[in-house]
Amino acid sequence: MSMDWKRYEPQDFFDELVTPAGNPRLPAKRLISYLNSLSEEEVETRRQMAEATIQEMGVSFTVYTEEGNIDRAWPFDIIPRTISAKQWEKTAAGLKQRLKALNMFIDDLYHDQKIIKDGVIPEHIITASKNFRPECVGISPPFGVWAHICGTDLVRDSDGEFYVLEDNLRVPSGVSYMLENRAITKRVLPELFENDRILPVDDYCSNLFDMLASLSPRTVKKPVVAVLTPGIFNSAYFEHAFLAQQMGVELVEGSDLVVSDDDCVYMRTISGLERVDVIYRRIDDLFLDPEVFRKDSALGVPGLMRAWQKGNVGLANAPGAGVADDKVVYAYVPDIIRYYLDEEPIIKNVETYLCEDEEQRAFVLENLDKLVVKPANESGGYGMLVGPHSTKKDQAAFAKLIKENPRNYIAQPTLKLSTAPTIVEKGALEPRHLDLRPFILQGKNIYVTTGGLTRVAMRKGSLVVNSSQGGGSKDTWIVETGEV
Amino acid sequence: MLSKVAERLYWTSRYLERVENTARLVNVYDKLLFDIPNEIDIGWYNLVILNSATELFEDRYKNQDERNVVKFMLSDDTNPSSMLSALKMVRENIRTSRDVVPAETWELINEVYLFAKNNIQQGINRSQRHEFLSEVIKGCQMLSGLLYGTMSHDAGWQFMKLGRDLERADMTTRILDAGAFGLLEANGDASVNLRQIVWGNVLRSASAYMAYRKTIKGPVYGPEVANFMLEDPHFPRAIQFCLTQMDVAAGKLPKNENVHKKIKSIKLDALKIESDTDLGNDFRDFLNDLQVQFGSLHEAIAETWFPVP
Repeated sequence: MSMDWKRYEPQDFFDELVTPAGNPRLPAKRLISYLNSLSEEEVETRRQMAEATIQEMGVSFTVYTEEGNIDRAWPFDIIPRTISAKQWEKTAAGLKQRLKALNMFIDDLYHDQKIIKDGVIPEHIITASKNFRPECVGISPPFGVWAHICGTDLVRDSDGEFYVLEDNLRVPSGVSYMLENRAITKRVLPELFENDRILPVDDYCSNLFDMLASLSPRTVKKPVVAVLTPGIFNSAYFEHAFLAQQMGVELVEGSDLVVSDDDCVYMRTISGLERVDVIYRRIDDLFLDPEVFRKDSALGVPGLMRAWQKGNVGLANAPGAGVADDKVVYAYVPDIIRYYLDEEPIIKNVETYLCEDEEQRAFVLENLDKLVVKPANESGGYGMLVGPHSTKKDQAAFAKLIKENPRNYIAQPTLKLSTAPTIVEKGALEPRHLDLRPFILQGKNIYVTTGGLTRVAMRKGSLVVNSSQGGGSKDTWIVETGEV
Repeated sequence: MLSKVAERLYWTSRYLERVENTARLVNVYDKLLFDIPNEIDIGWYNLVILNSATELFEDRYKNQDERNVVKFMLSDDTNPSSMLSALKMVRENIRTSRDVVPAETWELINEVYLFAKNNIQQGINRSQRHEFLSEVIKGCQMLSGLLYGTMSHDAGWQFMKLGRDLERADMTTRILDAGAFGLLEANGDASVNLRQIVWGNVLRSASAYMAYRKTIKGPVYGPEVANFMLEDPHFPRAIQFCLTQMDVAAGKLPKNENVHKKIKSIKLDALKIESDTDLGNDFRDFLNDLQVQFGSLHEAIAETWFPVP
């Protein structure tokens, strides 16, 4: 017996693979008819194969618990999520537009602050932002780009449109899982790649390398690039090692680097010190340089900011880029795009209420049971209130938090996040909510991944897709459907 | 190449060699015991002695019986040299060196590690021990082969060679010591037959039996075995061979003067071994002294290339 697609009901959410009438959407047509041809046992075999592959490939992430850190295997659903190439083209253009504008915005903030002088954005957004770094004022990184690697979270609402949920401009992670998801799917469902026109994703690492190399202060043929990791205990260590390996560059920790009297950065090698041109840093601003930021940071490199300020080393992302990665700034991004590019935003924002505004705050406080409240500066889905899933007690606690520090909170309507069929047990399919994190690179050129990382809330009805909180993932297919 | 990466690669291959040697040692040991007359007291505990781990063992176990010794050697996570501990260290070092080793290395070490971990009971029970350990040994050899065939033979490779050959040389001294110690325990009661059994197994523990027969073209004779395992220039587990290889590897690395000097200072012919009586306590002291010298060779390598702790 094969999987029972007839009993699959997307309910009143937009389903990525199936129409409300229960028919496959165009990009999912071949996929679903193929899955239909497999028996339940075969599907189960493939699922187990994927599990074994993940263990063997050692794809893992670390979860911090009170009992210590646990290295968990990557939770993965074998049924891919499909998007048509035509729709993706438009989305990709929107993502490029957005990052270009955000970089112009950051560069403006650290120079003339024209956007504030012109009254588009209130000044306190900068003065009160936790991520504005006075140390960066007046610095001009190459190409005027500060956020070189951006992970933008997209969601699809019940109208089938993509919306931007947030821009991650500090140290976004997940791209290695996007690449590994494809590698796993190629192993467990190889037949599909013969018939379907699924666009490849594996050019990311060479684009990443080219982008990083374009930031080199020295005009040498082969700039020395390094990935700076906090170390083995970081939850994304797997990804740091993966990217260094794929790019063929050194994976370094703070203790491997030293800033010399000439304000250049060197790494300790078996033949002595070797100059480093570009650092893809995967540690937060505040840990980068104990001379400037947190004095107790053992992860960083003393003098690194000095070297960067003098233009002796490229840092991606640049320190201070996180100023635009703030949920209050987020609310202004459509205006930011219009201001710098004189264009209408291609991808919409989710409607956002700023608690600092008295009127909007009053609305939020009255509707806590319906809204999602988020702190302006947290990531990983921590410190959120999901109204419809909350108790009166939770709501009261958040009301207090909001009143104490209104600038730190925003609220959004509870989205009807799109779903996709997911294997829950013994071949049974149920809709699970998901989002999409594409990665955008900007240096000399600008590039968007083909699709991105699809994250799935594996628990029934849940909207939380973060891997640290029980989320899983799916391979994401951009499928050439022949539509014009 | 980063000093830290050099250090990790060195330990990767040292531990990998240790896993294979430990598996091999346990694997040949019961065959040795089958062949020895019952009244002679060479027991499993010998394995613990030759690994200089008696104190650690006694902290954990009362009985020096087969089950405890095998458990201690293969699976005990309080013993940092147990097969599983060493395998875990290989995995950790590869995990943190994934950017410099071929991508398949990580997959393969996971496979070997999961296999060993999930089936360790087969190694402890006698009935399936041979098959289990043979699988682990095969896994190690696959890893070595994968690295040999697909990793660039650049600086990183030289560090892997240094680690592997130092571990091998050290293990060879321990295997020889086990033979000498076993016969001394037999209280001079050792017949020609027993000597042959013991030295034959010394050779087998190092997979050296065939190479010995082909090179020496004579019977298994203690002094010849000792000289072969110390000074043969061609057999990969003979100490002379290991030292030569280490010198070649060091020669391809920068700033190698101290390490080169240290290697050259190790004299394998310092003790004349001509008859069975030369394989007594003097021989054991000589082997012990070699182990100390290998220790200081490691120090020289670390001081020259590894990060300052």
